[in-house]
Amino acid sequence: MKCLLIGEYRQGEMLSSVYELFGFAAGIGAEAALFLVGSEAAVPAADIGVYLADAERYGEYQPQVHQRLIAAAVERYQPDLIVFSHSSYGWDMAPRVAYRLGAAQVSEVVDFVDGEPVAPVCNGKLRRRIALKTARTVLTLQAGAFSAATLPAGSPNIEAVEADEQPRIIFEGYEQAPAADVDLSKAEVIVSAGRGIGKPDNVAMIAELAKKLGGEYGASRPVVDAEWVAHERQVGTTGQTVSPKLYVACGISGAIQHLAGMKKSEFVVAVNTDKDAPIGEVADVLVVADVTQFIPVLSEKLG
Amino acid sequence: MNILVCIKQVPDMEAKFAVAANGVWYDPTDLAWRMNEYDEYGVEQAVQLKEQVAGSDVTVLCIGTDKAKEIMKKALAMGCDRGVHVADDEVFSREPYEIAAIIAEFARDKGFDLVITGMQSQDRGSAQVGLLVAEMLDLPGISTVVGCSLDGDGLALSRELEGGVRAKVRVNLPALFTCQLGLNKPRYPTLPNIMKAKKKELITIAVADLLKVAGRQATTALFVPQKKGGGLVLEGDPAELADKLIGILKEKTTVLS
Ligand SMILES: Cc1cc2nc3c(=O)[nH]c(=O)nc-3n(C[C@H](O)[C@H](O)[C@H](O)COP(=O)(O)OP(=O)(O)OC[C@H]3O[C@@H](n4cnc5c(N)ncnc54)[C@H](O)[C@@H]3O)c2cc1C
Repeated sequence: MKCLLIGEYRQGEMLSSVYELFGFAAGIGAEAALFLVGSEAAVPAADIGVYLADAERYGEYQPQVHQRLIAAAVERYQPDLIVFSHSSYGWDMAPRVAYRLGAAQVSEVVDFVDGEPVAPVCNGKLRRRIALKTARTVLTLQAGAFSAATLPAGSPNIEAVEADEQPRIIFEGYEQAPAADVDLSKAEVIVSAGRGIGKPDNVAMIAELAKKLGGEYGASRPVVDAEWVAHERQVGTTGQTVSPKLYVACGISGAIQHLAGMKKSEFVVAVNTDKDAPIGEVADVLVVADVTQFIPVLSEKLG
Repeated sequence: MNILVCIKQVPDMEAKFAVAANGVWYDPTDLAWRMNEYDEYGVEQAVQLKEQVAGSDVTVLCIGTDKAKEIMKKALAMGCDRGVHVADDEVFSREPYEIAAIIAEFARDKGFDLVITGMQSQDRGSAQVGLLVAEMLDLPGISTVVGCSLDGDGLALSRELEGGVRAKVRVNLPALFTCQLGLNKPRYPTLPNIMKAKKKELITIAVADLLKVAGRQATTALFVPQKKGGGLVLEGDPAELADKLIGILKEKTTVLS
């Protein structure tokens, strides 16, 4: 079995998530090569085969062009699996590449059993195993599902790949999130509000509990999207990554994108009416209760 | 602007899911159903663009069982002009490639300037359909959009990346984009608009008329994952729960000392 692993390059650097792709390939006993639209300087100093396209020439985000470049590398390497991270680059590129190759695609793979990928369904409450019917398959891997590999020492064997596809999208640059006033990453306690708090007025009780515990309050994405709480307090892949001593998730279901931002917390308490909520998987204590009834009582008892 | 917006009906994620008798999907009985959250942003964006560009027309398409018409009525009440229901009792077993092929087959000769889909569905979460439709129709496709505005005769879009970073892109029409959460504020249908929606055109096409491809993968088993970690579960009266939790925090953490 051969895997072509698709690296990601952003603002001049290769993202470290690529090591999880190597970990996946090693785990299934497959041979692997790296593909990257990037620069030679960004390629790890390791004994690996690399198909490299020049980011100066092809752009960091030019999906149609990258699609052709990956297809060119596939043509040469003849992999069975083309493997991406399930990230903003990976889920964007994977369907385009699958289409071009006439390949099946399985998204957000969390496991690989007897040659069949396993992927989550319904916010991780269920999983499914998938039989593949095409000669090649494109996979995107859930972040953190496979452990990162250490690459063998040595120097990379780099082959240049080229394509002459014209861009159809004009990439005008990156926009950074504005600097935050609160630094959640420094807080020892974070109490976060999820959609389960029900209404914006209830943010106050979450903030109150955070204060009683000497910490800060955070939020899940829907609460931020609804503008009940500022974006700088959002925890998750598209917000902050935090690792407090105590994280209290109030009315938060535990979607993978939220977990990615808080699962390194030392102690996790979840308050949820749904006993089966996926947050239970990472919680040290799951309090099955209505946030609006439980949190005020807890705050009061804390004095 | 002639716009196609594609929506899906999904179960409420707070449900307790059970594996169906066929062993490959969840049991659809006793679930509460709603419009896929990501698609609500798509409908809203389509209607906003229609409001900005005189003479626009918005078609909403949904592949689903008869029940899926419920969310189509909502989309019509939010401001879409016409509905196309692709009747498909096997919708749950369709993989993204088949769904995209159905949409592309419908859209191919309709001259849409813009196709909008959600970035993913809440149940399958594959994040493939929109981009596959773009490939099939040979349109530029932009995924994970959190900002959209008219820019000359094209669109200025903002794509969300990780950690709060966004990529700014510009695209000429015709094009396709997929909506990420927070793109806009989806409106609630008002009563007069719900009444008006009842008179809007809602046609049904049999899926067999549009599905011309074979699947490339199949779910062989659906299962409830084994609980790996999972700590202590506390249930009962709030006051007792609070006392218990405080006891645990004192014992297991340093935050209360
Ligand atoms: C690319 C991408 C990036 C994302 N980035 C992030 C991110 O950075 N951060 C993030 O949080 N999400 C992110 N999301 C969204 C994520 O997938 C989920 O949609 C989101 O985390 C859900 O938030 P929630 O748990 O508050 O809401 P829901 O999933 O709606 O859960 C609400 C929970 O509250 C419980 N509940 C309801 N009422 C009560 C009550 N009265 N008392 C107690 N419990 C109650 C319910 O049982 C449920 O478990 C991202 C999604 C995508 C696709």
